[in-house]
Amino acid sequence: MAWVRACATDEIDEEDVARFDQGDRTFAIYHSPEDAFYATDGLCTHQAIHLADGLVMDHTIECPKHNGRFDYRDGKALGAPVCVNLRTYPVKVEDGVVLVDVG
Amino acid sequence: MVVVGAGEAGARAASALRERGYDGLVTLVGDEPHAPYERPPLSKAVMASDDEAPPVILDEGKLAAQRIAHLAGARATHIDRDARVLHLADGRDLPYAKLLIATGAGPRRLPVPGADGPHVLTLRTFADALALRARLVPGCRLTVVGGGFIGLEVAAAAAARDCAVTLVEAAPRILMRGVPTAVADRVARRHLAAGVDLRTGFGIAGLEARPNGVALLLVDGTQILSDAVVVGIGAVPETRLAEASGLAVENGVRVNAQLRTEDPNIFAAGDCCSFPHPLYGGRRIRLEAWRNAQNQGALAAANMLGGSEAYAAVPWFWSDQYDETLQVAGLSDEAVDTIERDLGAGRLFFCLAADGRLVAASGVGPNGVIARDIRLAEMMIARRACPDRVALASPSVKLKALLAA
Repeated sequence: MAWVRACATDEIDEEDVARFDQGDRTFAIYHSPEDAFYATDGLCTHQAIHLADGLVMDHTIECPKHNGRFDYRDGKALGAPVCVNLRTYPVKVEDGVVLVDVG
Repeated sequence: MVVVGAGEAGARAASALRERGYDGLVTLVGDEPHAPYERPPLSKAVMASDDEAPPVILDEGKLAAQRIAHLAGARATHIDRDARVLHLADGRDLPYAKLLIATGAGPRRLPVPGADGPHVLTLRTFADALALRARLVPGCRLTVVGGGFIGLEVAAAAAARDCAVTLVEAAPRILMRGVPTAVADRVARRHLAAGVDLRTGFGIAGLEARPNGVALLLVDGTQILSDAVVVGIGAVPETRLAEASGLAVENGVRVNAQLRTEDPNIFAAGDCCSFPHPLYGGRRIRLEAWRNAQNQGALAAANMLGGSEAYAAVPWFWSDQYDETLQVAGLSDEAVDTIERDLGAGRLFFCLAADGRLVAASGVGPNGVIARDIRLAEMMIARRACPDRVALASPSVKLKALLAA
């Protein structure tokens, strides 16, 4: 377990995404329409484009380059051009702060 | 199931047949020696790298796992539609239940004398890319004919490889098709900053071989000497198989909204076909675009398996040049008005039709700055939305809010 502070809860709008860097690793943090938070690897599994520049619709994140889509809750790749799932990370919220277990 | 053409549309269709549960034979016929590969990087990453292999979509492992029989280096010559057999040039015959024509497009040739000379290149295949890249050594004098996506990407790649680049475009400006003048101006400035000699409004009279290269002859009498000329003036649909098989061709293999030809067992998808688009009044269009090829391949596969889905996706194009991306959603033919939104590092342009409908949007800047908004604009175009003009111009109004409105 290695919980690290990613951001404040009010730094990401609902149904939106933000980038979080930790050392040489990069993550995408999501705020779902029902006010839950999720975290995945930051880069798309297709061509290493950062997902934080992508569009969140409901529970999917769409890569801003080639429109590969993932369910950000479990990282599941939702069809071509992406076929490799996205790694996800445990998230908890404490005192208005989003914490990610970066493992 | 037989798919002719192992590019983006064909490869996607073959995979989609399996994803949809089809369990019979799937044969993918391609005339190139490689496994199916991505073409967009040919004018981008492949030019910047030293890769000796193309960026593959379906490698041998994936082809085997999906039980797709890929016939490389195989050219289809004729479809015997009564017997439902595809004939290959090497004598093989492939019986089919349903057949997909995904033969793509080939580079348009310059209709002038000397256009087939030894130093005149085009870019469509990985072999073309290797031949061109081998020429791009520092100090090489390269002339690019055509200020569209391919020509501009090649110019950017050549400039990055320290070549002396001249780009000649016959039209009054670059990127005449599909983007507003302001976008073209920004792209042009970026090329000028990289040292590219941009010459717009010059017709080409011909090409002449010279002892140490080639001369491009302009209509006004100017001669441009270079080591090589790359011609990027568009593509023509590859329709020979369809024509040889008696299928209707109308700016590409003619298909209906379900991507079916007049033969109920034969479909077409991607750059090679023209289809009626419901967003543009059912007007018949043909697209040369990566995402269109993917989407049409997938949809054709569904319909080959008995579906009746109509293709209605918003056209979408992108180009990478230097550190900037250009994205275009929709077609701007109907546009009467353009509204600009300043995003700081990037800019968006919304094209509205006379009735206020958003018909196209383009964005230029770093990909991360423009991509999300172009995607939202694409959704508005699909919904035939008539967004408020003031809101469109205001960066403080989120497009997502306009989409929900």
